[in-house]
Amino acid sequence: MRRKDLLDLRSADADEIKYVLDTAASFREVLRRPVKKVPTLRGKSVATLFFEPSTRTRTSFEAAAKILSADTYSLAGSTSSAVKGESLKDTMLTLDAMGIDAFVIRHSFSGAAELASRYVPGKPVINAGDGTHEHPTQGLLDLLTIRDVKGTLEGLEVAIVGDIQHSRVARSNLWGLHKMGAKVRLVGPSTLMPADAASLPVKVYTNLSEGLAGADVVNVLRIQLERQDSAYFPSTREYARLFGVNAEKLKVCNDDVTVLHPGPMNRGIEISSALADSSVSMITEQVTNGVAVRMATLFWLMGAASTS
Amino acid sequence: MCPAFPHVRRGTQRRVMQDQPELYETQVMDADEMRRAWTRIAHEILERNKGVENLAIVGILRKGAPLARRLAETITRIEGTAVPVGELDISLYRDDFRTYQPHVGTTQIPFDIEGKNLVLVDEVIYTGRTVRAALGGLVDLGRPSVTQLAVLIDRGHRELPIRPDFVGKNIPTSRNEHVTVYLSELDGDDRVVIGKKP
Repeated sequence: MRRKDLLDLRSADADEIKYVLDTAASFREVLRRPVKKVPTLRGKSVATLFFEPSTRTRTSFEAAAKILSADTYSLAGSTSSAVKGESLKDTMLTLDAMGIDAFVIRHSFSGAAELASRYVPGKPVINAGDGTHEHPTQGLLDLLTIRDVKGTLEGLEVAIVGDIQHSRVARSNLWGLHKMGAKVRLVGPSTLMPADAASLPVKVYTNLSEGLAGADVVNVLRIQLERQDSAYFPSTREYARLFGVNAEKLKVCNDDVTVLHPGPMNRGIEISSALADSSVSMITEQVTNGVAVRMATLFWLMGAASTS
Repeated sequence: MCPAFPHVRRGTQRRVMQDQPELYETQVMDADEMRRAWTRIAHEILERNKGVENLAIVGILRKGAPLARRLAETITRIEGTAVPVGELDISLYRDDFRTYQPHVGTTQIPFDIEGKNLVLVDEVIYTGRTVRAALGGLVDLGRPSVTQLAVLIDRGHRELPIRPDFVGKNIPTSRNEHVTVYLSELDGDDRVVIGKKP
C-alpha cells in the first residue's frame, strides 16, 4: 500500500482505491465540525503548481492541506518563473531545495506530473490533471460520490458522456470504476472518442439513448467550448440536441439513476439546467467529496514510510 | 505463573507454538470477570459524578467504543436515565503518524461535549499516548468541564503523565508482552489474554 506518487488510477489497485475512499469517508466528519482543523500534517508543506487555470481543484487541494494543518504554497503558471522560461525540472529542484514536502501539479501536457516526480525522489507528487491523460483525484471523488449513493461500485452500469477524447476525467473515471468492478460505457460523438477506445475495458456508444439505456450512473463531461471551432462537432446547438443530457433523455436509464458532472458546467449544452439542479444530480456532493478525497490522498502519501 | 511477576496468578498458560516454549498466551479475564469489573466501574462513575446529570461517555475507537456503549447501558439501567454516548477516532491526532499508517475511523459524538462530565473509555492503557491523542481530539470538539478516564486494563509502562480514574484490572506486564481484549461486539466473545508472540 505504499507508493510515492498518485499520477493515475490506471496503475492503482482496488485495495489502494478502497483505502482512499474509506479514509475520505471518515474525513467528511472533520468537514462538518465547527472547527475544521486537525493537526495531522502539522509542520509539513504542500506546493500547488497550476500551469493551467483552475479554481475548484486548486482550492479543494489547498483546503484539504490546510484542514490537515499543512502549510500551502500556491504557484500559478502565469505568475511563476515559468513565464521567464524556467523549466519544470528547475522549478521542481528549486521547490525541493526549499524543503517543500509534497507537490500538486496541473499541467496542459500529458505526463507532466510523472516527469516532475522524477526530479523529487522520495517526495510525493499528486497529479491534479495532466493534459488529456488523467485526473486521479477527480476519479476518486466521483467513485466516492457514486459509492455513497449506491452503496457499492461493483456491477454498476456507468455511462460517461461527452468529449471522451480530450477528457482526463473520463480516463481516471474509467480506470477507477473498472478496478472497483463497475461496468463502464463511453458515450459521445465518434469524433470525440479516443482512437484507442477499442483497447480499453469499456463499451463504446455513439448514440446517446443506446448508451444510457439501463445505466445506474451518468457522468456528464464538460464540453470544451474552446474546441468548438476545431470541427469535432458542427455546432454547440447540434451537440446539445444529440448529446446534451436532460430529464427526458434519462428516462431510458434505471429509475434510481444518479447524475454527476465534474464542473465547470455549461448549463443548457451538455446538461440541462433543470437536471443539474434536480435531486438526482450529485454535483454539490462531488465538491464536498473532492476535499475529503484530497485530504485522504495527502494523508496517504505524506504519512509513514513514504518520505523515508 | 507469570515469569516476570511470579506473584501474579494468570490461569493456565497455553503454548502458542510447541517448538517455541518461550511463546505463550494466557487468559487473564473471562466474560464474567469483565462484566463484573465493568459494572463496578459504572457504579464508581456514578458515585464520583454524583449521578447521571451532565454525564457523557466517549469511547476511543475501536475497542473503547463498544465498552463505552456497555457502560452507558449499565448506567442507564442503574439510574433509569439515558446517558449520551459517542465514539472518538484519534488517528489524526497520533504522534507516530510518521512511522505508522493508521486506518482512519469516524468520530461520532451526537451531543455537545461543552461543559459535560465526560468519561473517556479505552480497553487498555499502556504508554498513555492514545489517551494524549484523544485529549487533543476532544479539545477540537469543545471544552468538557471534567474529563475522566475509564479503562478495562491498566498494564503499566506509562510514557506520559496520564493516569486513569477508573480501572477494571491492573495487570503487570513486561514491554515485550501483548495484552489483547476480545469483545463480543467485534470479536465474537469476551476475554482478555496476555501473551508473547514472535
